[in-house]
Order: sequence, then structure tokens, then C-alpha cells
Amino acid sequence: MQDDRTGGADSRVDEGLTRRLKALACTAPLHELDARKTKLDWADARVYQMAEIGLHAIDQVTIAMDFDAGADHREIVHRLRPFIAAQAPNRLAEEHERVARWVLDNLINVGTTDRGFHRVYGDVDERGRYVRRSFDFKLLIEFAGSAGQVYLRSSDEAINVLVGALDTDVESAQIAAEVKLDNLIKRGRLADAKLAAEQARYRTVQYGEILRAKLDATRRDVRAVDWEQEIPELIDSALAHIETRFRAENGVLRNITTARDESEDPDHKRRAAELVEIVADCIGRHTQLQSRLQAAGATFRAEQDRQQFSGPPQRATLDLFGQLLMPSLGLSLHDAVSPTEAYFNAAAGVTVPPVPALSSLVSLLLRPSAEREEFVGEVDEPELLPAETTDRFTDEQWRYADELLDLPDVPRRLSGLLAEARSVDRDVARLIALRALHAYSPEVGAAYRAGDAGTLLAVDDGTELDDAEFGGADLLLITAGLRSEPEAQPGSTLDADEGEVAV
Amino acid sequence: MARTVDAGDVESAARLIAFGMRPKQLPARDVAYAELVRRFTEDRSFKQTTHAVAAGLGLMVLDVSMQAGAVLAATDESVFEIKMDGYARQSKIRERRDTEKVLHGLIHLAVAALGYPRPDDLANDTYIGRVSVEQVDGMVREACRVLDERAAKAERNNDPLAESPELEQAWRAFARRPSTAATKDGRLASDTTRGMVTRALRFLTEQGFLVQVNEEYGGTFRTTPRYQVQVRELAADAAFDELLRLNVVSVATNDGSLRQAAPETLG
Repeated sequence: MQDDRTGGADSRVDEGLTRRLKALACTAPLHELDARKTKLDWADARVYQMAEIGLHAIDQVTIAMDFDAGADHREIVHRLRPFIAAQAPNRLAEEHERVARWVLDNLINVGTTDRGFHRVYGDVDERGRYVRRSFDFKLLIEFAGSAGQVYLRSSDEAINVLVGALDTDVESAQIAAEVKLDNLIKRGRLADAKLAAEQARYRTVQYGEILRAKLDATRRDVRAVDWEQEIPELIDSALAHIETRFRAENGVLRNITTARDESEDPDHKRRAAELVEIVADCIGRHTQLQSRLQAAGATFRAEQDRQQFSGPPQRATLDLFGQLLMPSLGLSLHDAVSPTEAYFNAAAGVTVPPVPALSSLVSLLLRPSAEREEFVGEVDEPELLPAETTDRFTDEQWRYADELLDLPDVPRRLSGLLAEARSVDRDVARLIALRALHAYSPEVGAAYRAGDAGTLLAVDDGTELDDAEFGGADLLLITAGLRSEPEAQPGSTLDADEGEVAV
Repeated sequence: MARTVDAGDVESAARLIAFGMRPKQLPARDVAYAELVRRFTEDRSFKQTTHAVAAGLGLMVLDVSMQAGAVLAATDESVFEIKMDGYARQSKIRERRDTEKVLHGLIHLAVAALGYPRPDDLANDTYIGRVSVEQVDGMVREACRVLDERAAKAERNNDPLAESPELEQAWRAFARRPSTAATKDGRLASDTTRGMVTRALRFLTEQGFLVQVNEEYGGTFRTTPRYQVQVRELAADAAFDELLRLNVVSVATNDGSLRQAAPETLG
């Protein structure tokens, strides 16, 4: 593993660089929204600031997150609509809704199997080589509720990008935000104060998420969570945290309420009122968190009673979780195939292969096909990005082929054209052959409608093509001029016959 | 060595195996089945005949008991074998096949691990476990989170290499897959982990390994004695052998490797 030739720590990419690259990657989906909006065919979406809408959507989802659920898609779309409508008041409400749904789908990245985003970034491995690593992340995550409904939560990445405090400690950042808020209020800068308060709220939500995950894990398996040390410490620190936050936020609330009531400036008054609302919401969230913390002990004891009773070991068996599942999860995908497949084959039991009987086969064939009554709905039209390179031949090759195939007076044989083309470029010869083949059944009508002056015609006079690369008839090629019918009635349908071909 | 086998006995043995192929049929509900099970446990030569008939068909008799009935397993390349390739077939083409296979395999492993959380549970014939879609998905995700934390603590950056996706660890692939996704018609998307867990639980129910209890938590099921035998006598060892071959060895304790709650708190 160790290699003495390398420069050691110096050659390594700074860890901070990796962190910043990842943070940058998280913003990419938002930029892409704006880059791709011009390609939408159902609306002229240039008026919409898609990145703004995206950020707003993440805001809305984050605010809706609490212990039990988040918001469902419909609710978020509903909440986004006024914001979108403000950007383009003249457009229809349906379009606003469609924009909201488009942004939401793109933040989830609907259409990919993983429903997430993927970025490749560079790093230097322990031997000093440059390696490309992939960073997978999600912005909005879909979760299943207890009744099976799907709701949205913001990912940690999204919350971090949103609050702009990348890679910072939850608690210290909160304290910092608190100090900042107090300062701001003293200096009367309420707009910044509101921002700081909002950040504090996101922090609170994030903190609640950690606790929620722990409680969920306990409900599933008491032993998965360290209830001897980790959880009591977590609960203690969380309670202490809530206590200080309560004090701080009540103080802030008092201060701003006074500021709100005393302020003369209506704008100040409004902003202070907004801030009061946010801080009150924060306090509400703390109360919720606290009640969860108090119930945590009872949850643990009930789950322990339910899960813990067991007799002495009876015979030697494997620990399925620790000896099979965890090690398998830790393996690479390549290595994990054999144990998981071996397990599946052995655990799936036996199947009885169906043996068709003639009598049942006949009745099966005669059975009327089942009528489909329920339809799922319209199939989504996929958004297609144009392929990067669609051209098999370069412009240069096309131009040269055009020159060769411009044959207004005398027809030429394909073999001669191929030989001439091949002297320049083999690919041009291939293009000539393809175009000659195409010209065997020229779309005169299409050329006529397009207003072309002429079209290439190929005629087979029975001569065989003697060529190393191509086979078939040695076609005679000529450019035919197109002349429009002067007496064509206006409004009459155009067909291929109406274009007169003059050879 | 040579012993004469009565044709009637062979027929009975074959019938016992035929009962075993109908996984939902139980000796307790069928007098003829119960009689054959009783004979299997009491009559040594009948037992041998049954094993011989099964071997000829490409089957193994894992266990025969009143609770579980005749529990069979297919030997390699037997016509009765269920192949992973067939099971994981529905996956999208652009996904790597291996990824899909591994995810399905892990989910099946997780179902058993949740059904029998401690080694004792697997050993205790009277133990009946409960699993639900939500719990299976949640348990694997929690395990992924633990592995993620472990990886984060390690000094080195171990994000997967972009050039060699097959070297990515299995837990990353699982963690990345969404647990659920909204579809237009409100059904569960089949390529989400919950969709895959639901599929596994339904499949195991069809095989007589689980019985659905209710619809709570995305569908709650209880394990059957048949499943316990299948996992204990064959599947766990099969996977463990493969892991040993890969030099992945972990030592078990009686309490399971999950963190044990302090016993005195029970008092």
C-alpha cells in the first residue's frame, strides 16, 4: 500500500477542496434547471427563474419536515404556486402548476432509477495518483408515510446547501447564529435577523432529524442503538440544548415583539412581525422535540420488553444480521454477488415447473383476453436532451459529397464517383454510396415542398457494381431540376405528383 | 446392504415429497400428510427411502416435522431450483444486473435477519418472528447508515471510483436507491427498495415461508416453521460459506452482534 516515492501529504488534494467540490456539485441541479428551461416544449419558460423556484421548493419541504412526516407533492406544488405566479402573472395557473411540478420532479430527479444526482470529482489516492471518484447525492427524498402515502423530505445535502453553512457542527453553528441574531436586532438590521432566524430553524429541523432516526432504529431493534452511553448522552445534550434555546428564543421573541410594537416604520414592523412568527415556530418545534425526548425512555423500555425475552442458546446457529447481512453490505458489488446469490438460491425454496397439459393449453388459448378497464393515465412525455454528436459525417465531408453529386448535365456512374471520392476520403465514399441509395427512391414531393431547386436521381440500368466495399447495381446518378406547376390551385393539396420532374 | 423396498413405500415416500412441494399445505390440516410425517419420524427405512426418492428428483429433504411439514430444497441444476437470474429479471436494462441481484439478495437476507434477530431465535423451534416492509427497509438503511458513519470516520476518502462501479460497496448502492417513489397511479414503484421488499415478502408468502398478518407498516408478516428450517439448515450456511471463501469472517456471540442492552435493565 505504502509507496516511498510519493511526496506524501504534499501531493494530496486538500480535504477542503473535496468538500468544496461536493458542495459545488449540490448546486449543479439548480443551475441545470435554468439551463434546461429553454428546451421545454409546453411553455416558453424563459420568464421563470427556475433556480429560485428550486431553492424555494427546498425551503418549503424543509419547513414542512417534522418528526412524523414531510409534505406531499401536491402540498408543495400548492405552496410554490404563488411564488411562481409572481414571476409570470400573465401566464395561466395551469402553467404555473406545471412549472412547479417540473421543478419538483427535477429536484427529485424523476426518471433515474436512484432518483438522485451523480457527479464525478477528482482526488489523489494514497499512492499519489489522480483518481476520479463519484459523489452521489439527493436533494429531495421521497419517504413512505405510515399509511403508505409518499411524502418529501430534504436531504442533508440540500439543507447544507440551503443554509450555506457547509460542513459545520450543528450546535456551534446554532450558537453562532444566535449571537448574530441578537447583534443584528440591537443594530436594527431586521432583514438579516430574519435570515439568521430562518437558519436557526433549519438547524433545529436538522437536529430533530438525528433524534428521529435514533428513535426509529430503537423501535426496530433495541440493540442497534447504544442505550447505555450514546442515547442517554444524546438526550441529555438535546435537553440541555433545548433549555438554552428556549431561553434564547424567548429572549429574542420578547425583544422583537417590543421592536415590532415600538417600530414606526411600517416595513420594519412587517419584518419584525415575520421574525416573531419564525421564532414562535422555532419554539413550537422545540416543544415538540422535548416531548419526543421525554417519551424516548418509555419507548426504549417498551421495545426492550417486547424484543429482549429469550431463553438460553439451544444450538449453534449463525447470527444472520452480524455474520451475514453486515459483512455482505460491506462487500463490493462484485464480491457481494456470490454470497447473496447463494443465500437466495438456498432460501427461496423449490418451485414446481409447470407442465402444460393439452386440455388446459387449448382452454388457455381460447380464453378471451382480459379487458383492461383501469388505465394508469397518460404516459409521461420524456424530456430528451439532444445527443452530443449526431453527425456520422463531418460538414467537410458533406460539402465534398455535394460537389461530387452536383450533376446537372451528364449522368455519372456510381463506380466512378466512388473511386473519385475514395481518392480523398474513405468516409466520403461511404456517404456517396448512401446518398446514391437514397436517390434510388427520391422523395420528390418532400423536395418540392421544401422548395429545393433539384433532387438527385438514381437509375438502375442493370450494370453490376464492381467494388471492394459495396455491392449491388452500378447506379446512374443525375441531378434532376424541379419546376413548380404554375396552374396549381391555391388551397389544393400538394402531392408528390404535382412537382414535375425534368431530367 | 441390499434391502428390498416395497413399491408401496416408494409411492408413500414420493407422496410425502409431493406434499412438501405444496408449501402451504400443513400436516396439521391433512390426515394423510400427518400420517406420512409420523412414519418418516418413526420408520428409519421409510426415511431412507424418502431421502433416496428426493435425491433422485434433485431434491434434498431438509426436515420433516409436524409443524413445518416436509421442507425441501433443490440441489444444483435441479428442475426445481429457483434461479436468482429469473427472480431479478424485471429490472431495467440500463441498470447493472449485478447491482440488481445483490440488492434482491440483500433484501432476502434482511428479511431473515429481521425475522430471527438473535441466533437463539433461529435455533428455537417455537420462535415466530414478525417482519414488515417498513421494518426490513428501515433495518437495512440503518445498517447502511452505520457503515456510512464507519466510512466517514476512516481517514481515507472512500467515495467509489467513477471508473469502476463494480467496486462500489453494496451498502452504497442500497442507500442510494430511493425507498419509495411517487408514481402517477399511486402504486409502489417496483425498483424502489420498498417495492423490492414487498416483492420479496410476497414471494416468500407464496413459498409458504411467511404468512401475512395485516396491512400495517406496508404489510406485516409472521414467519413459519418452514422458513426457520430453510434458513437454519441451508441458506445461512450457504451464504456463510461464500463469505468464508471471500475471507470475510466474523465471530458470533450468543447475543448476536447487534449491541446488547444491559441485561440488568430488565430487572
